[in-house]
Amino acid sequence: MKPIVVGSLESSDCLITLTPSKTTTITIESIVYDAFGDAIEQVIKQTLKHHGLHDVHVYVQDKGALDYAIEARLTSAIKRYRSEADES
Amino acid sequence: MKPIYYNLNDLFKTLTLFDGMGISFHHHLRNGDAITNLITTEFHHRNLKKLRLFPSAIFPSYHGILTLLKADQVDTITTNYLNGPVADYFAKHGKPNSLKMQTHGGRARAFIEGENKVDIAFVTAPTVDREGRASGAQGKSACGSLGYAIEDVHYASTVVLITDNLVDALDHYQIDGTTVDAILVVESLGDARGIVSGTTSITNDPVGVKIARNATNLIQELGLIKPGFSFQSGAGGISLRVTESIKTLLRDKNITASFFSGGITKYHVDMLEEGLVKTLYDVQCFDLDAIKSIDKNPQHKAISANDYANPNNPHRIIKDLDIVILGATEIDLDFNVNVTTDSYNTIIGGSGGHSDTATDAFVSFIVTPLMKARTPIIKERVNTITTLGKHIDCLITERGIAINPRRHDLLEQLKDSHLDIVSIETLMARAHHYTGSPQKTQPKKQPIGVVEDRDGTIIDTLYTKE
Repeated sequence: MKPIVVGSLESSDCLITLTPSKTTTITIESIVYDAFGDAIEQVIKQTLKHHGLHDVHVYVQDKGALDYAIEARLTSAIKRYRSEADES
Repeated sequence: MKPIYYNLNDLFKTLTLFDGMGISFHHHLRNGDAITNLITTEFHHRNLKKLRLFPSAIFPSYHGILTLLKADQVDTITTNYLNGPVADYFAKHGKPNSLKMQTHGGRARAFIEGENKVDIAFVTAPTVDREGRASGAQGKSACGSLGYAIEDVHYASTVVLITDNLVDALDHYQIDGTTVDAILVVESLGDARGIVSGTTSITNDPVGVKIARNATNLIQELGLIKPGFSFQSGAGGISLRVTESIKTLLRDKNITASFFSGGITKYHVDMLEEGLVKTLYDVQCFDLDAIKSIDKNPQHKAISANDYANPNNPHRIIKDLDIVILGATEIDLDFNVNVTTDSYNTIIGGSGGHSDTATDAFVSFIVTPLMKARTPIIKERVNTITTLGKHIDCLITERGIAINPRRHDLLEQLKDSHLDIVSIETLMARAHHYTGSPQKTQPKKQPIGVVEDRDGTIIDTLYTKE
């Protein structure tokens, strides 16, 4: 299965890449990591939990997206990930 | 007649060079300048040590200064504005007491009062005559005003003009030649198109448009737009949008302003040519339209940094300034503004005329988005103080306006206003509502230098990043 890529590297947005993984792993690169790294990790964990997804690697390249933007991008990525997984 | 050289080596044979000497440059060709690199590279090859550099600003293209730093040939740099690779080098490898950030007015004051001791000023001059008179307004590398170079010419021990346009005699000039020691003729001073670096066009970003609208409404409610008022705005997209709104107001109300000062752009020139303002006092041209205008419009006047903003010059232009519109990278609960570093100690600019104009103007306005890429602009404490909060009067964002509580007069005037005026603490809370509260950032590291206010007072310390 190909990685699922959602979002952009524009300011105030983020680019999220999902790839299959045995367990949930999260990698965050953010221009605001020092100030908001924990908050970004938390919104990702909550969103994964909400969708009951436990077998992906989440790679976030963040350009200062607000929490609801990250949540929306990740939700979209999860939906595409599931539909791709169903097809393959 | 001044000695004229056509070869860098011939010129350097006549100069007294020694370790520890002070040399100065100006930045009017901004990112298009080739001369700062030419000269600093020559100092590198001649292996001179402990140099004291006084460039009025340092732009990303000034790699010669970076070479000197890497080769450990620099003792101190004293400047007004700094970004790009040299700034990044300081953030990583800066040595203690190696950097002093002054204001434009403070630099002029420090030259005149002997604090900035310069042995040789290397002055990029777009047109020069044989008597050493010079103008920035003409020539293939025209940059308009030479405002920041004038004190260098008057107070450095030795003055070298460097030009790519030598003429027999100049009728109109900005440098009178009396203190000039030598002229170097080169093929090209650089690329004048590089002058237009940074943001010198009006913002169309909806957030920027809303901030500009809020600012214009506030300025109007304060009754500041009246016949003979004076105004300065930076070259940022939001500031320029405010300038455009004021243009419309002046047309509609048939009002003429007395002067605009500072860095001049196409938008200021348009208002001069339309008769909406009587005089432009130009210390630096921000675009090619401004350069053309300074050559043809008699009321577009080039002024020196001393006449612009030296705090100890009683005739400085900005003493009579009513309104100044400025930006901020950070502003804190005491209204201190930072435009020198980001929140992680990387140097991204400097005062320029920020502190000068905020201090002198009757009302100073900061226009900024409440947050940029999740980073709230309002902090409990700014990382670096560029301009003291006591000089900042109004903060205008897209989600509300805060007035410095020191300005009882403005608050009284605005007590029945329908504008969204709240405390700066409330504005910060509004930002945190969207962004979340930022975690505490890293502690300060090795000190590398200071921020000096225009009167010579040290107001903050600069640190390395790592």
